[in-house]
Amino acid sequence: MIEARALTKRYGDKVAVDELSFVVQPGTVTGFLGPNGAGKSTTFRCILGLDRPTAGRVTVNGRSYRDIPAPLHEVGALLEARSVHPGRSARNHLRMLAATHGISGKRVDEVLGLVGIEDVADRRVGGFSLGMGQRLGVAVALLGDPDVLLLDEPVNGLDPEGIRWIRQLLRELAGQGRTIFVSSHLMSEMAQTAEHVIVIGRGKLIADASIEQIVAAASGARVRVRSPRRDELAAVLTSQGWTAVAVEADGLDVAGTSAAAIGDLAFAHGIVLHELTAQEATLEEAYMQLTAEDVEFAAGGAG
Amino acid sequence: MNESLSFAHVVRAEWIKFRSVRSSWMTLAVTVLLVVGLGALFTAARASRWPPRDPAELFTFDPTRISLAGVFLAQLAFGVLGVLVVTGEYASGTIRATFTAVPRRLPVYAAKPLVFAVLSLIALVPTTLAAFEVGQQLLSGKHINTTLSAPGVSRAVVGAALYLVVVGLFGVALGWLMRHTAGAISTLFGVLLIAPILVHILPSPWSENVDKWLPSTAGQAVFGVRPDSSTFGPWTGFGLLCAYVAVLLVLGAVMVSRRDA
Repeated sequence: MIEARALTKRYGDKVAVDELSFVVQPGTVTGFLGPNGAGKSTTFRCILGLDRPTAGRVTVNGRSYRDIPAPLHEVGALLEARSVHPGRSARNHLRMLAATHGISGKRVDEVLGLVGIEDVADRRVGGFSLGMGQRLGVAVALLGDPDVLLLDEPVNGLDPEGIRWIRQLLRELAGQGRTIFVSSHLMSEMAQTAEHVIVIGRGKLIADASIEQIVAAASGARVRVRSPRRDELAAVLTSQGWTAVAVEADGLDVAGTSAAAIGDLAFAHGIVLHELTAQEATLEEAYMQLTAEDVEFAAGGAG
Repeated sequence: MNESLSFAHVVRAEWIKFRSVRSSWMTLAVTVLLVVGLGALFTAARASRWPPRDPAELFTFDPTRISLAGVFLAQLAFGVLGVLVVTGEYASGTIRATFTAVPRRLPVYAAKPLVFAVLSLIALVPTTLAAFEVGQQLLSGKHINTTLSAPGVSRAVVGAALYLVVVGLFGVALGWLMRHTAGAISTLFGVLLIAPILVHILPSPWSENVDKWLPSTAGQAVFGVRPDSSTFGPWTGFGLLCAYVAVLLVLGAVMVSRRDA
């Protein structure tokens, strides 16, 4: 379990994380979402004791990271920027970290196999592709067989096969009761892996809910109807005080009511319907709505 | 092996780190070559022009020191190795992985110079001994050579190796303090090369009074055999160099444990 209480981090006068509070529960994959620059990496750095919070506190299993006696056995981390000397081999990088905790060379071989880079384990990391580098990062995180895993943008640079692999791995690890906290700036990615998401923007908490809740909240009540007598239908609907917006040749997007109410009304007026669907916002739309005001560098239109 | 975080384990990790990058061994090899090769070159040059034109040189000539003259250049290579042991880790980001494994940081901070010092002592004592023996061989043709059993000679030979080790530790300390290779190397060269030149521009007796307090001048007294009244004694001078480096290492420890990695 990871718990942040009013976590705040300032660099000079720039606030990177602003009174952030959340709890990451064991046994599920929790997504950590936000646009680039929202403060995800800073939060991770604070959790891992790399940066000192300016105020507030964050604990892992009830303790500050620095107070964990054997951190590799409790917390595994995949850090965003590659953190390996380019002149060192993957195996030596792992052996070096393993050595700090007296973890055996056998375990190093094991994690190399687990992430599928045993064939290149003795090559210098400088020549690795981004994907191989990410796999090595995952191997580092798994080294001490920890209960808590923090992964900063793990799918970055992975090919489709690698992405599927990491999703499966994360679900499997969560299924074993571990706490999995994964950051991403892509909601679509999270939708495939996480059950719960924490969304931040400009260092502040925007949402802390399950994927379903977030979608439901963003969807509102929008219904798509199609009818060969669209204009007649539109007149009937607007007379009820609902808004109907024409889409495509024969469709309407209706807001302010339910699909059932529209169907009843159309039947009462003898209007044939060819489609009647409650529209769900896609997760991506929900996310865009949530973070629209908190994007640090928005691509602004002309003027 | 017991699976837990301990200082002994961190020391082992630092040893793996040191030995698993090529640049460590290359810089070490360059240092060895410079000490032995340049020492031989300087000594051969001196032997070929013996006796000297200036008779005063007959009295100041120090056969031990000339055979160890390669140290003057080798100290730069070795100081750079000390810097790189630390800044290489910051530049590549390995430091984040290291500090996540050892979040209290100070065990890493202490293990690094420890591993560095032990390894360099093992490599450098034979090196300065070799430079000395080669040098004496070259001088023996003119019968101006000395032996290890002569007073002060064995101290100077071991002292030259110790001097290099401490200069390397100076590099380690600068690396921790500055975190960037370029900045740390410039500072190292500034202190070892530029400072003595600047001090020599000062008028006498300021020049002498300041010069003996310089880290390089003070430390180098340990590998001179002839007493030199303008500098501190061998162990006093070397002790002063060690004190400078110790202060920097303590300062670095405070900074590393406090600031964001």
